[in-house]
Amino acid sequence: MRWRRLNLAIGAGIVLVVVVTALVSFAWTPFDPERISSTERLLGVGVDGHLLGTDQFGRDVASQIMVGSQTALFVGILAVGIAVLVGIPLGGLAAARRGWTEDAVMRTADVIYAFPPVLLAILLVAAVSPGVGPAMVAIGIAYIPIVARVTRGAALSIFELDYVAAARTYGRGKTFIFVRHVLPNIASVLIVQVTVLFALAILAEAALSFLGIGAQPPRPSWGRSLRDAQTFIALSPRLAVWPGLAIAFTVLGFNMLGDGLRDALDPRLEVRRL
Amino acid sequence: MYVVRRVGVFLFSVLVASALVFSVMSILPGDPAQVMLGTQATPESVAALRIELGLDRPIPVQYVDWLAGVVTGDLGVSIFSGQEIASQIGSRLRITIPLALMAMTMTMILAFPAGVYAAARHRRLGDTVVSVISQIGLAIPAFWAGLILVSMFAVGRGWFPANGFPGWGSVTAGLRALFLPALSLAIVQGAIITRYVRSAVLDTMREDYIRTARSKGLTRSAALWRHGLRNAAIPVLTILGLQFAALLAGTVVIESVFVLPGLGSMLLQAITRRDLLLVQGGAFVIVAIILTINLLVDLTYRFIDPRVAHR
Repeated sequence: MRWRRLNLAIGAGIVLVVVVTALVSFAWTPFDPERISSTERLLGVGVDGHLLGTDQFGRDVASQIMVGSQTALFVGILAVGIAVLVGIPLGGLAAARRGWTEDAVMRTADVIYAFPPVLLAILLVAAVSPGVGPAMVAIGIAYIPIVARVTRGAALSIFELDYVAAARTYGRGKTFIFVRHVLPNIASVLIVQVTVLFALAILAEAALSFLGIGAQPPRPSWGRSLRDAQTFIALSPRLAVWPGLAIAFTVLGFNMLGDGLRDALDPRLEVRRL
Repeated sequence: MYVVRRVGVFLFSVLVASALVFSVMSILPGDPAQVMLGTQATPESVAALRIELGLDRPIPVQYVDWLAGVVTGDLGVSIFSGQEIASQIGSRLRITIPLALMAMTMTMILAFPAGVYAAARHRRLGDTVVSVISQIGLAIPAFWAGLILVSMFAVGRGWFPANGFPGWGSVTAGLRALFLPALSLAIVQGAIITRYVRSAVLDTMREDYIRTARSKGLTRSAALWRHGLRNAAIPVLTILGLQFAALLAGTVVIESVFVLPGLGSMLLQAITRRDLLLVQGGAFVIVAIILTINLLVDLTYRFIDPRVAHR
């Protein structure tokens, strides 16, 4: 019981810190994150007021980390948004219609599931151009099958319940029944899934930006900071530490929040907590 | 019957995947010939390349032509190097597949003892420690783990090469070059599999046959070793198979960290060089491998646990 609350509290706390950091960075950062200074290159931690030091261009690392949280959350929100907006109706359709509609939707979802986000991004970027837009769309498309599967799985059992049969007898259409009766009952499962997907989307965005096919300059990104740090790994390994810690901290927060929410929203899991 | 149906689904999936890969390249806005030659190209050279690549024909005809090539192992010729795409992919797979296999082996070495230990120490300190470590492992990007490992064991101590691949002329040197990349992937995958191993062992320990074994006088650990592990292995093997697909995707990023000339690096280079046919062929091969692994996992599971066919 205490563990469940701890997961939820720590996860929510970390996510809150990241969100507040992103919001604050719109108005304030310790230094201008894009300001290049040849006299302040590769300064150590705390030197000249630079909390986490400076990078190879003399830019303040702490300010860049702060602004990088904007990209992580922005990509997370839009990618997961795409997955939810397409995945929930598709999963609902499969559960409501059954038969060949269900087969067609789920088999197509299975095929898309075989495309990892990084591969979809490579395909999209090859056809258009690198950027945060194609990266976001690729991550979103890659997660549609996950949301559709979870929605269908959870909705199937609700469609079997008596009150759904009653609504059907009353003449309600399947769309109405799904939105009015099924969706509220599977919301807890979906909320947990969305939280976990958010963590995965942040990891995927960082990987794509690291590869140079995600966020492009001047948009700051933790993944791109790591890409820049790779060149200086022998000279200044600490440059690779901070952006990585920022990613791990944020992902840890969303994962713990997801675990905590799952335990809190589905008390049956308490008995066999993983 | 189950096998025939499952193979049918596999073939259908490969067909849909091929159509998806092809359509992303063909239907999206922009002329592939223009993309390949860049904005400075003259209209005449773009038109000539369109004819050379067969882009002047209707898209369904192009797709059927490409698909026929896929079936016969002819994925076309790279616009940049002039080499056959299939042979390029084949030589790149000689690094990517061993890397993924090595990472999977390390994952098992890390995850099995940790998961079994956590289950054996259920709700005690050891269990909590393993859970916290796996939670942290899940949050670490594999490429970041790679960078940290490079700075610790390659740049600092020189135990392993920081990047590059010497070829398979010397197997030891090849394996040494793949050690840190594989470990980077295994740290993250290990965290995932540890959780599955732990929960599979815990589930198995609640089964009736374990209770029977205990009632016959076996200690908890004796019942775990003699009956629990073998049965817990079935769901874990399935997850391992599915995670192999995730590992394959992970190699794309890790190859970039360690400058390994694998399939992932090939795809990224192909994007820079606007070699769209190479991207198309490489992406399709990765998806086809993932679908094949999923098929093999399902069929293996069917043989290990015959109840699957009846569900």
